[in-house]
Amino acid sequence: MSKKEKVLMSGNHALAEAGIRAGCRFYFGYPITPQNEVAEYMSEHMPKAGGVFIQAESEIASINMVLGAAVAGARAMTTSSSPGITLKQEGISFLAGQELPAVIVNIMRGGPGLGNIAGCQGDYFQAVKGGGHGDYKTIVLAPGSVQELADLVRLAFELADKYRNPVVVLADGLLGQMREPVIFPEPVKHLPEKEWALQGAKGRPSRFSRSLILDVRAMEEHNWKLQRKYREMEHNEVRYDSFMLEDAEMVVVAFGTSARIAKGAIKRVRKEGMKVGLFRPITLWPFPKKQIRELGDTINQFLVFELNTGQMVEDVKLALEGKGEVFFFGRPGGVVPTPMEVATIIGSRYYQKLKRKPR
Amino acid sequence: MKKVYSRPKYLKLKKFHYCPGCGHSLIHKILMELVEEMGIAERTIGVAPAGCAVLAYDYLDVDVVESAHGRGPAVATGIKRVLPDAVVFSYQGDGDLAAIGTAESIHAASRGERILIIFINNGIYGMTGGQMAPTTLEGMRATTAIDGRKSDRDGYPLDLTYLLSQIPGTVYAERVSVNSPKAIRNAKKAIETAIRCQLDNEPGLALIEVLSMCPTNWKLSPLEACQYIDNVITKKFPVGVLVDRRRKVKKAVAENVD
Repeated sequence: MSKKEKVLMSGNHALAEAGIRAGCRFYFGYPITPQNEVAEYMSEHMPKAGGVFIQAESEIASINMVLGAAVAGARAMTTSSSPGITLKQEGISFLAGQELPAVIVNIMRGGPGLGNIAGCQGDYFQAVKGGGHGDYKTIVLAPGSVQELADLVRLAFELADKYRNPVVVLADGLLGQMREPVIFPEPVKHLPEKEWALQGAKGRPSRFSRSLILDVRAMEEHNWKLQRKYREMEHNEVRYDSFMLEDAEMVVVAFGTSARIAKGAIKRVRKEGMKVGLFRPITLWPFPKKQIRELGDTINQFLVFELNTGQMVEDVKLALEGKGEVFFFGRPGGVVPTPMEVATIIGSRYYQKLKRKPR
Repeated sequence: MKKVYSRPKYLKLKKFHYCPGCGHSLIHKILMELVEEMGIAERTIGVAPAGCAVLAYDYLDVDVVESAHGRGPAVATGIKRVLPDAVVFSYQGDGDLAAIGTAESIHAASRGERILIIFINNGIYGMTGGQMAPTTLEGMRATTAIDGRKSDRDGYPLDLTYLLSQIPGTVYAERVSVNSPKAIRNAKKAIETAIRCQLDNEPGLALIEVLSMCPTNWKLSPLEACQYIDNVITKKFPVGVLVDRRRKVKKAVAENVD
């Protein structure tokens, strides 16, 4: 693949290639649909890049291999889908507690339980509220296209190293399976030095990495230290996108695949004269609270659309701090509504609340 | 005057938190003696378990990472794959290795990971206060089997070292104890052999099971605990080499035949 060539690739293959180009040389996974193509791609291409691919015995083992590789100073990643991500939460909590960088990609599927293998957004809460035990946060990046999936995997590695924190890329089965043109960035040439890594106590005192802190005051201090880091992330790393918000009287808030459907719906209702725009959080955590609150200064109508029964809508309401009216539309279980269906929902809400028939 | 004995250089000057008569401090000591004697302190990375030895990094003056309960072999795998020249060991108890971490230990062996597992078997969950372990012998009392383990109710003790020795990816497996000076010397030899597997790049896992005393939870005096290992535990878990698939050994044997 040449430097700036545009290639047609599935999301799963693209995210794998993006990982390798981001300098990741250690991939540990376990098969689960709809993201099996990631491990298949890695098994073929990682050794060619001089890296290591292991098909682990479980998702639990794979996240702990990631932890081992991370503590030794390498860029490491794992991928899975919803039920497998649940199993990884133990390791993600340890990564957060030990302040180790890692990238975890969740190609979400329908749930709860074994659910199904269709694209879904039911893991929003799990991703943005920490996910495992304890008081911690992961940065959560939500791509809306195969290109953005590849771009955000690169960013995920950079942010993971910058903050020494696990970063989750939250996509879904649609994005994983969908083929779209992608342009990859140049492979990373220089990886950051990790002066904290455990590589043997050569020419320095020995060191250790732990999350056990038995002294409650020290444990509290560690928690506050983590929180200060999270505040810094909230300050620096909020990312979002918008579409036709300039004159909007109603905002649709959606992320990932649902934002894409919403965009199609907005184009339709715009043709009918409805002033509707899209706000798309790219970082689900840190959530673009300030930006949504500011939208609430001038816009009263918010429609949150998700492929679940209503998760991000809670964060939108919290961000608005009581301003505006928030309406939710969701389709859980792997059902993907058409832009036309969403346009109908937007239209009925728009007429109901703004009472302006287009001329 | 020639100095014949001293505290191991790589054992930190810190008082052990282990109970009187516990085997962990002895095992820590011989491990650090070997790190010094073999000159591997700068390339050794340890993985500490959940359990009494979770604080191993307070004593072992080498790089140490703490692992979630049972995940030591997976964490050690990640480290060893990044640093193939490092000497990587995972220090684990019986609950850690043979219960919650069964999958991780069996598959580290099945992949032939070039790591060392030091498996401390005291037949009980020590840190949590004496619950039944996968290795608790029939009749042995535990807080979750107060009248002693009964096989029809609690199942049978699990010999994980034997299981792992059956896997081709295990290059060396030996069971030792630390209940007498002689046993401690043997244990040290066994651990040295196991560490050498990594230095010689032997293609697989080295496993040393150490039958260790837990007087506190066994409700025995330290001396009685040492005797209990000889009189009871070794009857079920006999000491000795379970498997030796080292290429170096095979080669040497083949040369002798010639």
